[in-house]
Amino acid sequence: MTVESTTGTLLSVEDLRVDFPTFDGVVHAVDGVSYTLEHGATLGIVGESGSGKTVGALTLIGLTRTQGAEVSGRIMFDGRDLLTVSKDELRHIRGNEIAMIFQDPLSSLHPQFRVGSQIVEAMRIHRSITRSAARVRAMELLELVGIPDPRRRVDQYPHEFSGGMRQRVMIAMALANEPKLLIADEPTTALDVTVQAQILALLERLRRELGMAIIMITHDLGVVAQIADRIAVMYAGRIVEAADSRRLFGVPQHPYTWGLLRSIPTLDGPRGVELLPIPGRPPSLIHPPSGCHFHPRCAYALPSHSTIDPVLAMSDAEAPSHLSACLLDQGQRAAAWAALKSGGTPEQARQAAGIADIAVPVPEAEIAG
Amino acid sequence: MTGYIIRRLLWGVLLLFLVIAVTFLIFYLLPSVNPAILRAGRNGSPKVIAEISKDLGLNHPIYVQFWNYIKEIIFHGNFGYSYYYNDPVGGLIANRLPATLSLTVGAAALWVLIGIPVGIISAIKRRTFFDRAAMGAALVFVSAPVFWLGLIALYLFANDIGQFKIFPGSGSYVGLTVNPLKWFESLLLPWMVLSATSTAIYARLVRGSLLQVMGEDYIRTARAKGLPERTVILKHGMRSAMGPLVTVLGLDIASLLGGAILTEGVFDIPGIGRLNIDAIGHGDVTIVQGTVLVASIFIIIANIIVDIAYAFLDPRVRYE
Repeated sequence: MTVESTTGTLLSVEDLRVDFPTFDGVVHAVDGVSYTLEHGATLGIVGESGSGKTVGALTLIGLTRTQGAEVSGRIMFDGRDLLTVSKDELRHIRGNEIAMIFQDPLSSLHPQFRVGSQIVEAMRIHRSITRSAARVRAMELLELVGIPDPRRRVDQYPHEFSGGMRQRVMIAMALANEPKLLIADEPTTALDVTVQAQILALLERLRRELGMAIIMITHDLGVVAQIADRIAVMYAGRIVEAADSRRLFGVPQHPYTWGLLRSIPTLDGPRGVELLPIPGRPPSLIHPPSGCHFHPRCAYALPSHSTIDPVLAMSDAEAPSHLSACLLDQGQRAAAWAALKSGGTPEQARQAAGIADIAVPVPEAEIAG
Repeated sequence: MTGYIIRRLLWGVLLLFLVIAVTFLIFYLLPSVNPAILRAGRNGSPKVIAEISKDLGLNHPIYVQFWNYIKEIIFHGNFGYSYYYNDPVGGLIANRLPATLSLTVGAAALWVLIGIPVGIISAIKRRTFFDRAAMGAALVFVSAPVFWLGLIALYLFANDIGQFKIFPGSGSYVGLTVNPLKWFESLLLPWMVLSATSTAIYARLVRGSLLQVMGEDYIRTARAKGLPERTVILKHGMRSAMGPLVTVLGLDIASLLGGAILTEGVFDIPGIGRLNIDAIGHGDVTIVQGTVLVASIFIIIANIIVDIAYAFLDPRVRYE
């Protein structure tokens, strides 16, 4: 069953922008995002609600077009630009070469069709296969994703499955046409923790066996830690840090990433370390903050950071693939993270970075506003 | 499922019994005309009236009269005799059923065939000119009472009094078996008038429920599968939007089968509704009782059919 994963770039997104014109102004949901994904690799995209991670993914398969979105940039997938291919061609890619699974597996399956017929339908759109052959294959797929007794289950309705089993059905449906890329949008968020782990293990196994690439979208760093080769952290429609998993967790470069890491409990970190929530709320995407979009919530912001807009760039010459968009210099960041990692407060981290005296205190009003 | 159907049927029978009792009580307690006087004619002497009262059993206590009525219905299928026509009510209603059936089925076909597609297109092309025009027209037709619309239609299009003599006018109804072409022609105008309001209601209903359904996550899944938009809307969308539609359709058809009183009145179609209006005019209580009963039977049956259809449409509905 093991498929040799072909090497080379499968997907390359360049300067992707998605704007939604609204009554109150243009929402810059995705604001110049670029990344690449190799065949058979897993990319984790992490960010808060409203950071543009889901919109960005839906845009890949052309599903934001229906909502009046204005899209620009390039999405090269397997040699074609998905933003310029015809609607029909994109439809043939969708569900066939790129499949997607969603957050809530109950509402994502049609309640009035049997799960088998929903899987069969997915197959029969894209390939000529008889109904009975497709049904046999649907049972194989259900078995592949770990659903016991597929012969009986294939004729049941979604409401007869538990949450985890429904997500397995969604995965089986997504795999129906052996996609080259699976986009998983918060696939475990609606599930119990133990079931979450099972689903992640399943996705990892399938990726290995079928050689498909995965984009895993989540707000939970813990989820991507288990399965992603590379992680991109999104904030306010942009990628603020991107690195291989090991480096992102080991030597994170962006204060927002520090915030994410320090706001989740770990078992192997130093004992007694206080969890530090990131203050404030995600910014408006219509009128994003000036300069570095993160500066109103950043404990390490300097006066100049409210005017200079940082670019995503290599932050360490020894790790050219580790990118971050932060205005602090490398030494300051290393010192601050070292202090935070050993359980220090942001105040101590500022001192360690030598910016304690010049740091601008975050005004309350700006946090609330 | 079988158990459920049987239970529903038993309920229906009980309900029917209650309807019979209530209509009987209403007409017993509030007699508009003493049937004996009606039968005796203009110059009936008190003696004749008393004799007729005795013949009709009007001197018995109410429970005896009710028992006699029920007994006749259940054991003989006899809904009583019309005081006016001196014929069995059951037969009178049966004679009028074809006209009402013709009117109802044709109108229902019209409003389903026009209302549903208009609703679907309005939902897909929301906020376009088509949508606004269709919903504007729907508002007009929803607000137009059928008797007014009927009179306007006759005034405009009837071939006797109309400004544009296009369709046969009032009183032109011919039975289907007598002359199918004339039957069809004579019903064109009534069909359009009777279906106008329902077409508007169905268009709005379909638009509303389809719009709601199209925002569901499983519609996004259907698109993500790569289904053509047509299939997404007509298969995945409409499947869910069908539920409320089936309910309303069943009850609408049933209530019209009990007599489309206004339309039959305006176009002088000899249906159950027309029979009912005339009977009310004549104080012919047994006919009114009979038509109410028949209408109730249709409604009760339609309810049962709708409930069963629901179970087939939506597997989440379990009747155990």
